[in-house]
Amino acid sequence: MATVSIPSLLRKYTGGRERAEVRGRNVGELVAELDRQFPGFAAHLIEAGELKPSIAVSVDGEIGTAGLLEPVGETSEVHFLPAIGGGANPDRNSSRF
Amino acid sequence: MAESTGNGFKVIGTRPIRPDGLDKVTGRAKFGADYAFPGMLHGKLLRSPHAHAKIKSINYQKALKLPGVKAIVTAKDLPETANREEAAGELAVNPHYLSRNILAREKVLYDGHAIAAVAATSPHIAEEAVRLIEVEYEVLPPAMTVEDAMKPGAPILLPELRNADEGDKQTNIARHIQFKLGDLEAGFKAADFIVEHEYKTAMVHQGYIEPHNAVGIWNPDGQATIYCSTQGPFEVRQFSSQVLGVPVGKIKVVPAEIGGGFGGKTVIYLEPLSVLLSQKTGHPVKLVMNRAEVLRASGPTSGSTIRVKMGATRDGKITAAQIWMAYEAGAFPGSPVGAGAMTIIAPYNVENRMIDAYDVVVNRPKIASYRAPGSSNAAFASESVIDELAEKCGMDPLEFRIKNGSREGTPQPVGPPFRRIGFIETCEAIKNSDHYKSKLVGPNRGRGVASGFWFNAGMSSSAMVNIHADGTASVVTGSVDIGGSRASMAMIAAEVLGMPMTDVRAIIADTDSIGHTNLSAGSRTTFATGTAVYDAAHDAIRQLKERAAKVWEKKPEEVDFRDGKLVAKGNGVAPMSIKELAPRFARTGGPISGRAAVTPRGVGPAFATTCVDVEVDPETGKVQILRCTVAQDAGRAIHPSYVEGQMQGGTAQGVGWALNEEYFYDANGILRNTGLLDYRMPTCLDLPMIETIIVEVPNPGHPLGIRGVGEVSIVPGPAVVANAIYRAIGVRMRETPMSPPRLLKAILNKRAAEEARPAAAH
Amino acid sequence: MSRNTLIEATLNGEQVEFLCEPRQSLLECLRDVLELTGTKEGCLTGDCGACSVLVDGKVVCSCLMLGVEAQGRNIVTVEGLADGPRLHPLQQKFLEHASLQCGICTPGFLIASKALLDGNLNPSEAEVRYALAGNLCRCTGYDKIVRAVLDAAKVMRESAGDRRAANR
Repeated sequence: MATVSIPSLLRKYTGGRERAEVRGRNVGELVAELDRQFPGFAAHLIEAGELKPSIAVSVDGEIGTAGLLEPVGETSEVHFLPAIGGGANPDRNSSRF
Repeated sequence: MAESTGNGFKVIGTRPIRPDGLDKVTGRAKFGADYAFPGMLHGKLLRSPHAHAKIKSINYQKALKLPGVKAIVTAKDLPETANREEAAGELAVNPHYLSRNILAREKVLYDGHAIAAVAATSPHIAEEAVRLIEVEYEVLPPAMTVEDAMKPGAPILLPELRNADEGDKQTNIARHIQFKLGDLEAGFKAADFIVEHEYKTAMVHQGYIEPHNAVGIWNPDGQATIYCSTQGPFEVRQFSSQVLGVPVGKIKVVPAEIGGGFGGKTVIYLEPLSVLLSQKTGHPVKLVMNRAEVLRASGPTSGSTIRVKMGATRDGKITAAQIWMAYEAGAFPGSPVGAGAMTIIAPYNVENRMIDAYDVVVNRPKIASYRAPGSSNAAFASESVIDELAEKCGMDPLEFRIKNGSREGTPQPVGPPFRRIGFIETCEAIKNSDHYKSKLVGPNRGRGVASGFWFNAGMSSSAMVNIHADGTASVVTGSVDIGGSRASMAMIAAEVLGMPMTDVRAIIADTDSIGHTNLSAGSRTTFATGTAVYDAAHDAIRQLKERAAKVWEKKPEEVDFRDGKLVAKGNGVAPMSIKELAPRFARTGGPISGRAAVTPRGVGPAFATTCVDVEVDPETGKVQILRCTVAQDAGRAIHPSYVEGQMQGGTAQGVGWALNEEYFYDANGILRNTGLLDYRMPTCLDLPMIETIIVEVPNPGHPLGIRGVGEVSIVPGPAVVANAIYRAIGVRMRETPMSPPRLLKAILNKRAAEEARPAAAH
Repeated sequence: MSRNTLIEATLNGEQVEFLCEPRQSLLECLRDVLELTGTKEGCLTGDCGACSVLVDGKVVCSCLMLGVEAQGRNIVTVEGLADGPRLHPLQQKFLEHASLQCGICTPGFLIASKALLDGNLNPSEAEVRYALAGNLCRCTGYDKIVRAVLDAAKVMRESAGDRRAANR
C-alpha cells in the first residue's frame, strides 16, 4: 500500500491523521480512495477532473509529470506540495532505500 | 585551454572561451531591442497613474488622429479568458489574471498598470499619442502592504478572489499553505533558549540591465513570429497563445540574446501586444520598456513579513520552529511563499515545526520570480534567528549549523529524505577558509555567516547533436543562454564525442526548430539540457558505430567508441576518427544526427554558505563590505569560471537586497524611485573581490554529477550582512534594506538607550 | 519642411553623415539611424552606463547627449575597439577572464575601461573600481571584470614597454 502524507490543512478531513495507507495504481486512484474514506478531501486537490495546476505531487521523491495519471508503486511515498511557478518547480532527489 | 582536469575528463572542468563571447565583446550579438525589420513600427503603452481604480471609460480617438499613429489596442481587443488556473507547461497560470496584467480591463491595480498600446511610425510619436488617450477613473484606496491587505475592512483588489479558509468571503488572501511536523509544544518545552522575532523584507527588483522588449510580426496566413529577450521561448509561446486566443502552433518565438533575467523574464508583458499591433497594422511592431516601466510594471519579488520562533537546547540542538510568513503577491495571486515555506529551515534537521504561509494580493505589480524565489526573504529571518541562538548557546555560528545541518537521510521539508548533499561541506569550507581563519581588527567591524538552500528544478529539455561532413559538430538546444550555458553544452558534447571544444558549435533554436524545452531558470539548464545534450551525443555515437560497422562490413556490436575514435573489436582494422568517417556519411547512409528529449529525474538541491566582513560608519550608517567568501556545492563544475560567475553574481544581488534596494511607494501607492539612481543597486565600488569555493559533492542522480548552480548564492545575502552588522556594532537589524538612514537610527537609538541606563540606575 | 538635420561626424575612425531630429538622443541615432546596435539602452537617465561611448576621448552616456550635438565630434563605440580581426586587449581579457555572462553591460564597460587605460596604464584595483562605478552589471558581481581590466593594463604596459625598447 502506498503511504500518502496528508497536507497539514487537509488533516481536518482525516481526523488529524498525518499519513494514510492507500491502494492505487496512480495518483488519481489514491485521491479517489482517500475521498471515499474522507469525504471532501478530493475537492481540494482536483479541479475539472485534473490535479489543480497549483499543486504538485511527489512520488518517491520525484515530482510527477503526469498529474493524476502518475504511476504509484506498491510501497510508494506520496506527498502533495504547492507547485512553484514562475521560474522553478521544486524537485527532489529520488529516494533509493 | 585543453589541459586535463585530473578527474578523468578532458574538457569538463576546463575554462575555454565561450562560443558566443566574440560577438558579445564586439557588439555584434543581437539582443531583443537590436532587431529591426523593414516597415517596422514602434509601440508605447499607456499606464495607470493610480494604484487602485475602476476604469470607467477609455477614449483614444484623439490619439488615433495624430499623424504617424497606425493602431491603438485595449483589453477589449483581447479575447475573454477562463478564470481558473491552467497548466502552462510546468507552470500554473491563470489566463484571466495574465490577460488583465498585460492590459487592464475592469480595474487598474497598481501604479504603472498597462491600459492601452499604441503603434506609430516612431517611438516619439507613439509617446505623444499615449498622452492624448483619455481615461476616466474612479479612484479607490490602495492596500500596499500585507498588513494593510489582511486586516478587516481592507480595500478588496479582486472581488471574485476566495481562499479555502474563508469560504465565500471577499478577501485579499489568495492562499494559505501550512506545513506541520512533530509536536511543537513538546519541542519548545525541551528548549533552553527560545528566540522569537518579526522580520520584514522590502520588495526588490531583479535589476537586469536590459529592459523588456518584443518585436511581433503577424503574417496574413495567421502565423505570428515574436523576437524577444526571454528566459523561456516555449513559455512565451504558450502564454501568448492563451492571451491572444491563437493556437500554439501558429506562434513561433525566436529568442534573442538576453540581457539578464534572474526569473523576471519568465513571464510575458509585451509579446502578445506586439503581435496584436502587428495584426492590426500589417507591419512588424517593436515594443520596448523604459527603465521606469521596468520598475513600475514588470515583476519584482515579494516584500514580506516573517515571524520566526525557534528553540534550542543549551548544547546547541534546535528543538522546534514556528513560523508565520506573509508574502506580497502583487496585483494578482502567485507569490513564492510556498517556496519560502519549504526552504526556510531546509538546511536544518528540525523535528518539530509548524509553518503557516500566506499569499496576499496588494496594489503593487504582479510578482515574478527572482533567483531562488521566496528563499532569500525566508533566510533573512531564519538565518538571523539561528545566529542569535548560536550566540545564546555560546557556539561558533558555523559549528551550530554543522551540528544541526541536513545531510543524507535528513527528512526534507516535504517529501522523503535528502540524498547525498553538500551542506555540511559548504560550512566546513568556510570554516577552513583563509577568510574565516584571518583576524578582523578595527572598530565597527564585524564578521557574519549565513547559509541558504534551493531545490533546483528538472523539467523538460530537447537537444540535437549534428555531425557535419568535416567531422565537427553542432549542439542545438532550446535553452536560452543566461549565464554561459552555451559553453557548458558545447563542453559536454565535446567530452562525450572526444572532440576539442573548438570543434563544437552551440546553437539556440527557436520554438519551431527544436523540441519542447522548458525555460532557463530554476538552476535547471546545465542539469536538464545538459542531460539532453549528453544523451543526444550518445545517440550520435550509436549511429556512428552503426555507420562504421557498415563501412567495415561488421556488426554494430563489434564496434566500440574510445577517445573520439571508432574501434573495431578484435584485430585487422585500424581505428577511424569521426573526421575520417564524416566525409563518407552521404554515400554510406546519410546524415548523422543524435537526438534526445528528456525530463530527467534525480535533481540535486543546492546549498551555499557565505561569510562577509563589514565595516559600519557610525556617523552615517553606511556599510562597507570588506571581504566576502561564498562556498557552494556545485555537484560537478562543468566550466568553473561560469560556476564562479553565478556564485559571485548571486552574492552581489544578495548584498544589494541587504543594503540598499527597495521599492519606495508613497501614501497614494505611487512608486517614487523609478530610476536606477534611487533604486540603488551595487556598483563596482560597493564590492570587493568575491572569493569563491566550489565544493563538489556529485549529485548521485546525474550521470555527470551535476547540480544546478545558478540561484542559491543569493539566498544567504540579506542574512549574512545582518549577522555581520550585529558583530560590528551590536545592533540586530530586522528589516531590509539595512540602508544608512535605518542603520543610523538604530545606532542612535542604541546609544540613547545606553546613555539612559546609568541615569535610571540612580 | 523636414524636421531633420544633417550631422557630420567621425565614427570609429570613419567620416559619417546622418539625418536626425532634434529630439533624438545620440544613443537613438547610433542604434536606429546608423544601425550600430552594440551600444545599449538600459535606463535613459545616465545611471547604468550601458550606453557609454567615447566622444572626443571622454566617456559620455549617449542617452544624455543629443544626436545634433555629435556634429564635428570624434565618436568611438564598441564596434570600433577591435582592429579588424585583432581584438583590443580589453576585449581579449574580458573573454579570457569570463568577465561577461549576459553581455549587455559589456560594451559600456569596454568603453569606460578603455577611457581609463588611455589615461592611466597602471591603475590600482581601487582606481579601476572608481573609474567603472558608473557602469552597472547585475550578473557578475564585478570581480572578473576588474581582474580583466587589471590584466589588460598589464598586457598593454608590456607591449608599450616593448615598443619603447624597439624604438631606442
